Amino acid sequence: MKELRYTPLNLGRWLLWGGYALILLAAPLVFSKGGGLTLLSQMGTVMIFGLSYNMLLGQGGMLSFGHAVYSGLGAFFAIHAMNMAGAGQLPIPTSLIPLVGGVAGLGFGLLFGYVTTRKAGTTFAMITLGLVELVFASSLMFPGFFGGEGGVTTNRVIGGAVLGITYGPQIQVYYLIAFWLFVCTAAVYAYTQTPLGRIINAVRDNPERVEFIGYDTQWVRYLVVILSSFFAGIAGGLSAINFEIVSAENVSAIRSGSILLFTFIGGIGFFFGPLLGAVVGILFSVLLSDYTPAWQLYLGLFFVLLVRYAPGGMGSLIMLLLRAARFGHLGRVGKPLGWVCLAVLPGLFGFVAGVEMLYHLTLEAANGSVKQLFGMAVDTRSALPWTLAGGLLLASIVAWRKAQPVFADAWGASCAEIAVQTRSAR
Amino acid sequence: MEFTLFTMLNGISYGLLLFMLSSGLTLIFSMMGVLNFAHASFYMLGAYIAYTISSVVGFWPALVLAPVAVGLLGALVERYGLRPLHKFGHIPELLFTFGLSFLIVELVQLVWGRAAVQYAIPKQLDGPLFTLFSTSFPAYRAFMMLVALAMLGAIWLVLTRTRVGLVIQAALTHPEAAEALGHNVPRIFMWVFGGGCALAGLAGVIGGNAFVTEPAMAATVGSIIFVVVVVGGMGSLAGAFAASLLIGIMQTTAVALDYSLAHLLGKLGVAITPATPAYALLNVTIAQSSAILPYLLLVLILIFRPKGLMGTRE
Repeated sequence: MKELRYTPLNLGRWLLWGGYALILLAAPLVFSKGGGLTLLSQMGTVMIFGLSYNMLLGQGGMLSFGHAVYSGLGAFFAIHAMNMAGAGQLPIPTSLIPLVGGVAGLGFGLLFGYVTTRKAGTTFAMITLGLVELVFASSLMFPGFFGGEGGVTTNRVIGGAVLGITYGPQIQVYYLIAFWLFVCTAAVYAYTQTPLGRIINAVRDNPERVEFIGYDTQWVRYLVVILSSFFAGIAGGLSAINFEIVSAENVSAIRSGSILLFTFIGGIGFFFGPLLGAVVGILFSVLLSDYTPAWQLYLGLFFVLLVRYAPGGMGSLIMLLLRAARFGHLGRVGKPLGWVCLAVLPGLFGFVAGVEMLYHLTLEAANGSVKQLFGMAVDTRSALPWTLAGGLLLASIVAWRKAQPVFADAWGASCAEIAVQTRSAR
Repeated sequence: MEFTLFTMLNGISYGLLLFMLSSGLTLIFSMMGVLNFAHASFYMLGAYIAYTISSVVGFWPALVLAPVAVGLLGALVERYGLRPLHKFGHIPELLFTFGLSFLIVELVQLVWGRAAVQYAIPKQLDGPLFTLFSTSFPAYRAFMMLVALAMLGAIWLVLTRTRVGLVIQAALTHPEAAEALGHNVPRIFMWVFGGGCALAGLAGVIGGNAFVTEPAMAATVGSIIFVVVVVGGMGSLAGAFAASLLIGIMQTTAVALDYSLAHLLGKLGVAITPATPAYALLNVTIAQSSAILPYLLLVLILIFRPKGLMGTRE
């Protein structure tokens, strides 16, 4: 007898993934000016890297300080493969180079993951830190493979055009990255639905119980690290194509730390968190760094504030607002929230102005005391801008103290009401 | 003989400096379960604050004042940064200290600039302590060892011979019971955290002028002290001591040895040419690989003795 099955069309899923594909397709048409395309390409690679990182941190509870090992080594293998393909020794098209990076990442995941996953929790974090330092230090010892201080360079245009695609223009590279990003997103999402993806959540939450139901937690973590390093390697391979250079910095603790920062900022509790985090992180580190030398301070401060006040990252803030909207509370919560934002704004201006003037005084004192700030020429040695910045900050603090309790009350009432509604619906 | 003696002395003094750093880290870890990622940043702050103080009132007041200042800063960080996060578990705490380490580097650059500062050794200690054959041992190195040993003794006395130490030990192993007896455990945590940071600050005061005081100094020593803590066994003070000395001696010895596997094979009568497979690997000298030795040790320890040299927990 034929088995009867009923699988309704999941419209929401089609809309979501279709919209995602559409955004990836349309993004370069919207942000075509200036460095928009390079920015988008970098975001794409970092997104894949972030997704792979969140397989460990968000889904597996494994805080790694050395994930760049896999992406970086993947990038090195990819760039050598490109050079060999360019010399005609290896018949592989540029489109498949990320796969080379992925396989290399997977190989190193097999090797290093065995050592790192012997421990969980804080010790795991320390071992990964040790590992990344080990690989970074070794990379300077073997200049033949790692290219020493200068790194390894390549040319991504290999052979003639296939269907008019040479990967010379940046737009073609963007679409290659977008294609791999979509494939990787789908693959990582599919992985979260597999038994392995489920059991790693259990290992994160209650490893002892998982042991009791007959799973080897160490083996589960090992498998996840291997899979995750595969995707990290793909990200590395794509960045090798994008930048046409790979240096020791790619396997450094700095690179690993920044992906941790980005992913956490996006929100480790959500599948889309790393995607959001990559956008914000690249905006900070590429766009903002063009305008101010203090971008790392802002990024660090933003991160610390998020850890301290919103451990769920920006994703959790968005989801909380969406939940309030779904229950029709946006009107009630929105107004006090608007006032809070309005209260914070002048303080933010004052703070940024203060930091910028301080940076100018300590690091650029040789260029005179006048600085361009928000389109105005400001003399950092006179008292006026400092009083102005301080005044803005002070005004903001006063306004915050007025607006914040109102918002906290409204928010608390809304949350309590939602809790009551969801409970009665159950 | 001369070489062995001086490498040992240098290794021990470096190892003792590492111990000054890792002891605070271990103390904090065994008490609060949180690995303070920003520990090396407090070491850097100690050096910079000592530099500023010593340029005004001299080195000796700085030796006392800078660790106190760093300790107070650490206590503030615990009180207003870490304590509210405690309920979320260890990963947010670790991430907070990670972000803090990021911020402190930026703030140091903001206040003291990006270049290294001229933090000089005090005049009284500038010079050789003794000269043996043709090598002389700097007096400042001996002073470093002296301070580290005095600190070691002081920690031991405080922890085992005073009432405060007793309470700390009680809060370490049985926080609930200590709290039930009327001790303010969160406040003890705060002062232990501050104390650990003060130890790092002290290490910074005496390490800053022995080496270089620059914004990168936290990063250079940061990962090594984590290796020390893991190799010694998480939470074991004695293990941290042994691992610090081991790594200190190992690294200083390795830097001076200009031999490679190719040399060894050459002695055994195997000819090594650039055509030999793995030529690059065989040609790496011990001195070149000194940077990776601590991390290699970490990996080996984890494979063969996962709880560390003297650790008690897996």
